[in-house]
Amino acid sequence: MALPIHASTGERIWYYAFRVICGVIFIFLLFPILTIIPLSFNAGEFLHYPLQGLSLRWYHEFLATGRWAVAVKNSFIIGVSAATLATILGTIAAVGINRTDFPGKQLLVALLISPMVVPLVITALAVYLFYARIGLNDTYIGIILAHTILGMPFVLITVSATLQGFDYSLIRAGANLGASPVRVFFKIVLPNIIPGVVSGALFAFAISLDEVVVVLFVAGPSHRTLPRQMFSGIREHLSPTFLAVATALIVLAAMLMLTLEMLRKRNEKLNSPV
Amino acid sequence: MVEEAVSGTSLLKKLRRTERRKKIEAVGLITPLFVLMLIFYFIPIGLMLYKSIDNSQMREIMPHTARAIEHWSGKGLPDEPVYTAIVEDMKVAYPNRTLAKAGRRLNFDLVGFHSLLSKTGRKLRKLKGPPYKEALIKLDKKWGDPRYWTVLQRGLKNTTLIYLLATLDLRYDDKNNITHVPDEQAIYVSIIGRTIYISIFVTVLCLVIGFPFAYIMANATTRVRNLMMIGLMLVFWTSLLVRTLSWILVLQNKGVVNSILMWAGLISQPLDLVFNRIGVYIAMTHVLLPFMVLPLFSVMSGIPSYYVRAARSLGATSIVAFFRVYVPQTKPGIGAGCLMVFIQALGYYITPALVGGPKDQMLSYFVAFFVNERVNWSMASALGLMLLLITGSLYLILGKHVSITNIKLN
Repeated sequence: MALPIHASTGERIWYYAFRVICGVIFIFLLFPILTIIPLSFNAGEFLHYPLQGLSLRWYHEFLATGRWAVAVKNSFIIGVSAATLATILGTIAAVGINRTDFPGKQLLVALLISPMVVPLVITALAVYLFYARIGLNDTYIGIILAHTILGMPFVLITVSATLQGFDYSLIRAGANLGASPVRVFFKIVLPNIIPGVVSGALFAFAISLDEVVVVLFVAGPSHRTLPRQMFSGIREHLSPTFLAVATALIVLAAMLMLTLEMLRKRNEKLNSPV
Repeated sequence: MVEEAVSGTSLLKKLRRTERRKKIEAVGLITPLFVLMLIFYFIPIGLMLYKSIDNSQMREIMPHTARAIEHWSGKGLPDEPVYTAIVEDMKVAYPNRTLAKAGRRLNFDLVGFHSLLSKTGRKLRKLKGPPYKEALIKLDKKWGDPRYWTVLQRGLKNTTLIYLLATLDLRYDDKNNITHVPDEQAIYVSIIGRTIYISIFVTVLCLVIGFPFAYIMANATTRVRNLMMIGLMLVFWTSLLVRTLSWILVLQNKGVVNSILMWAGLISQPLDLVFNRIGVYIAMTHVLLPFMVLPLFSVMSGIPSYYVRAARSLGATSIVAFFRVYVPQTKPGIGAGCLMVFIQALGYYITPALVGGPKDQMLSYFVAFFVNERVNWSMASALGLMLLLITGSLYLILGKHVSITNIKLN
């Protein structure tokens, strides 16, 4: 990518112009995140610069307000349960899908990952109408099941990716030596695909943590999650507390990202021939 | 046993048996997930799609009328039995409050039906009869208007197309023919058009911005590439609501962008950058950009540099070499990225709802609107069906050429 010594003037101009354009795009990408973090430490009540001194008052407000505490609790209950369910079912199914070929496999996979493609509002409406019949609206279990379905395709994809490098004859070897299928799964399969399983779980958790459309339709007032609380807040009464919440969520995102990066590196190491 | 294992046919049999066992195992492992999805995803979606044509509720509210009016020829006025039947039905439905529901439903087809039913319901006890035909027409002359009976007959069938027709700005006229609604009521075609237009615009913006970004990333030194990747992934992982909120703050009148522009002396009044279409474009492009960059980057990092070098050494200028040799090699990435961004943009709800004005709302918004504000599940389902139809057909047509599942997730 370095500029060759024989480059013409036009090429030189283009080379530097291109760098500038990319710098601008990079700023565009990070700009909103970078502006919101300092503002959350603002001592004043305005939602714009210049800052009127630094303080942690909005973080206090965030932690001290009951409504936010409930929202955090709800988000974690729903996120952890949905991610757990999605990971268990998704991992088992991924092992099955990658076990062998069978007729209609492609169609099945397309159906299983369709929640990724179908617009959220359709999922939300369908689930809402269905729950209205069976009485699952305004319940944790209703939201958890919907989020399980939304997060599961990601588990399926990440686990399938790790299974590509998995040698199925290890299963036979384990069975040959007398291990039960369950023991084979936990002692042989799982340790080999664990990076994919964990990244799938993190994906599913992140999806649930960020999901608001289904929650808008299905959840009652006592099941408000963090994004749901933010959605109505942004529409009705925006306060600097939201910036503190947003910053906390950005930090969480960064942590999730770093964990996933580590897992990816580990998976690469596992899959690379020594 | 040993001899058997050696002979070819039995080996084949054993192989087949193993294969079959593998298949059974595979199916067994997938089943739990599939059952969950069937019950809590596929069946609900099927029911929702059916809801857009389902009319059974009307038959439950007016069972006698539904049966009596089936044989009405549609000419002139129905005979006495139909009038008797509807009075009977209303006598039950009015105190149950289901009559109002029927009224709202019929009002959707013909404005004035709701008030007619509630008025008749109120005065039902004073009504003399049977026979009821004269009495009802005396109570309100609308009961002597064949148009109302045509709508009622249509409204008491098992299924109805009025909601689906409404999403295309069509309706039935007095003679049961399909016509356009009056221009001032025609809104849905333009909403569908707007949804597609905004999605295309955002896709193009993402491509224009994402292509150079991915290009630099694919060709940069490891350090720069990692830095760019971390930036991109941080944005990707940050909550949608956080990003939308930050754009509201950045673009508002006293926001950073307006402050910088005013400080630089480029403008004297703050520009309206948010709660309008500009805000929607900027925020949606930002949110969807990673979905364009990631597939582009994964394709570009696999393109060897010697093709462009060969073209250059054969005399192509750098621009020609770039567009005729490099860009065609990135087509799978462009395809996957555009499809991802476009399909997601079509279904967007949260971002336009928060950073857009009333005229920037897309189909999803109206689905939610009909559920939450109008409590009209049928219309919401009909709009949902349209959205699913557009998204699904695109996925099927374009999905054949590009593969979404091939995109690396991290």
